[in-house]
Amino acid sequence: MSELDLLYTPVEEELRASVRAMLAQRCGFTSVLARTESDQPYDTELWAILAGQMGLAGLAVPERFGGAGASLRESAVVLEELGRAVAPVPYLGCAVVAATTLFSCGEPDLLAGLAAGERQVALAVPFATPPARAWSPTVKADGDELSGTVRGVADAITADVLVIPASHGLFAVESARVRRKPVTSLDETRRLCDVSLDGVPGRLLAEGEQAVAAVTGGLLAGAALLASEQLGVAEWCLETTVAYVAQRYQFGRPVGSFQAVKHRLADVWVEVAQSRAVARHAAASLASDDPDAPIAAALAQAHCGPVAVAAAEACVQLHGGIGMTWEHPAHLYLKRARSAALAFGAADEHRLELSKLINLPPAPARPGREDGATAP
Amino acid sequence: MPEPIPAAQVSILVNEFLAGHDPAGDRIEFLRARFDAGLAWLHYPRGLGGLAASRALQPLADDAFALAGAPDNDPRRIAVGLGMAAPTLLRHGTDEQRRRYLRPLWTGEEVWCQLFSEPGAGSDLAGLACRARRDGDSWLVSGQKVWTSQAHYARWAILLARTDPDVPKHQGLTYFICDMHAPGVQVRPLRQLTGESEFNEVFLDEVRLPDDLRLGAVGEGWRVARTTLMNERVNIGGQALPREGGMIANLAQTWRERPELRRPGLHDAILRAWVRAEAIRLTSARLRRQLAVGEPGPEGSAVKLAFAGLLQEIAGLELELLGGEAQRHDDWRPGNGDSVDFLERSATHRYLRVRGTSIEGGTSEILRTIIGERVLGLPAEPRSDLDVAWKELPR
Repeated sequence: MSELDLLYTPVEEELRASVRAMLAQRCGFTSVLARTESDQPYDTELWAILAGQMGLAGLAVPERFGGAGASLRESAVVLEELGRAVAPVPYLGCAVVAATTLFSCGEPDLLAGLAAGERQVALAVPFATPPARAWSPTVKADGDELSGTVRGVADAITADVLVIPASHGLFAVESARVRRKPVTSLDETRRLCDVSLDGVPGRLLAEGEQAVAAVTGGLLAGAALLASEQLGVAEWCLETTVAYVAQRYQFGRPVGSFQAVKHRLADVWVEVAQSRAVARHAAASLASDDPDAPIAAALAQAHCGPVAVAAAEACVQLHGGIGMTWEHPAHLYLKRARSAALAFGAADEHRLELSKLINLPPAPARPGREDGATAP
Repeated sequence: MPEPIPAAQVSILVNEFLAGHDPAGDRIEFLRARFDAGLAWLHYPRGLGGLAASRALQPLADDAFALAGAPDNDPRRIAVGLGMAAPTLLRHGTDEQRRRYLRPLWTGEEVWCQLFSEPGAGSDLAGLACRARRDGDSWLVSGQKVWTSQAHYARWAILLARTDPDVPKHQGLTYFICDMHAPGVQVRPLRQLTGESEFNEVFLDEVRLPDDLRLGAVGEGWRVARTTLMNERVNIGGQALPREGGMIANLAQTWRERPELRRPGLHDAILRAWVRAEAIRLTSARLRRQLAVGEPGPEGSAVKLAFAGLLQEIAGLELELLGGEAQRHDDWRPGNGDSVDFLERSATHRYLRVRGTSIEGGTSEILRTIIGERVLGLPAEPRSDLDVAWKELPR
């Protein structure tokens, strides 16, 4: 196992600065909040800027497919910033999950359209699917005609093309021919939808083992990179709470001067510092095709999801009453953190997957002897 | 500023050195020569064992020497000297002090220990009572120090003593180098809850220290001590481990090798500990990379705090997993506890010993306050001890 670089390169810091500046300009909390109660939960204008003008959709796509030829390390930095802003754009689903899946299928045209920011693509599997159970199609293919339903898909409402696992293969479908029913979601900044197809023609992208590998790879990249978004969420929660408790006075002094408050935030900081190392490690492992990438991804979701949740819960708690209001941003981060912690499987599912990868097998269901004899 | 040393240059210098010095020859002579060639601690100044190079190059030199079968300076035995005394001497010592002490410190000819904590001054170190009174060109020191490892074979100690009880506590301290061979220094082993004695109590009775053993100005002891303490935390958090390295390895191996012990309720708890161990290991790795390019920062506190809790969690789980076996202990005899080996003793020993990880080198409670105030910038708690003469404080 080679030593991976867990720091940020100067290029990555530049990328971060440009994404942060754009989000500060175009993705304020008030507009994000208003959008959650509208029928346009995703910000397509912002997406056009990020994906098209700034070229971020194709960041990790090789240059021969029209991408920027960077890697998932850089995509991870973009996701940290999108997490900090709870930005309602389909970056994770399109630029990470779908792009990785299409690349694995060897699908040049669609990938080039995605990289150029012209075609938004989503992989139509439930957002809560763990990478280890990636292939569980609920859609049937009759020849190239697809029928069935996929529930709880993320980043699909505004997609132009859906990539759908069906029966024996993976198909591309023009989304205009598909029924997408928006789901009232816990996290309305990433509204889910239920996808239904009734005899819709699809174009076969991959079959058999290759199809399974493509979907598994896409979800693995999603799980690994989601950790960076979760890091961004946690960072925002920590910074915002620290700033608040430093200036909120009760009992004649800032509440942040009380140990009970200070120590809880110190614990969050320690956890966030670890999340950064774990998220960087996951992105670097994926980017370098490390054979232990599945371990890194499972570790990332076992660790970074719960940390973001803890940070968001501390944020609400330490803001006191204002943290319980609709007008304060904290709730959007809490909902993002909670919902994201269930994406690609909950932490316990990732721990169970880890137990297979690192050979720590489960205990038998009942202790004692199977033949019913009592122990001496 | 001279040009930084490129990595390739380090290998050349080590090879040139090895060509002229036999690694199988006299150990101390070899180490002295390595120091004089600037190949001891590469980031130290020229003339003081270094080349003013980047810290990141140190492993290159260490690996090259190890590969050649060269003797090392037994870094565990002289950890206090290397990790705490040396950076403090470098930053606050006079040229004469640095020339006198750093070389035998690095070669291990002179072992250093630390005389900071006292029975009445633990977390509140600045409240310490050990008195140093000026007497002509020297100082007379009296008091009691505690938790001093290696005191019984140390040649020197770093010592924090009160020189002025009439000013607020932080202002009345002065930092000294204590001669452990001076009359009036008495060392007694301190037995701890494991039965061993890793540490000592040190009694100082009118110990005469010449003024040239003072490190930094009179009354500046606290500022000097902060250099020492910051480096202590870096040291504790700084070891490189492979995946599943350290105490988690014992737990994981026991689970793998003894299926009869496995119980459903423990599986997820063990996986949680494994995840936590790996997260802290990666955080340490990241910290080491940061250190390689700069000075120790506050992240050392994060690793120290997290690591303390992790070891306690793992040690507790290990006892649960072992069940009734963990009602047996290996050995309560005092033995020789000069160094702690978490891995070679029984699980019950580990469990007991790691109670100390959240106490030694700064309690976890104090570390949380430090993180809250110095890293996050949160306002300090109101305090009643800062503007009062030390002698007026209740104790």
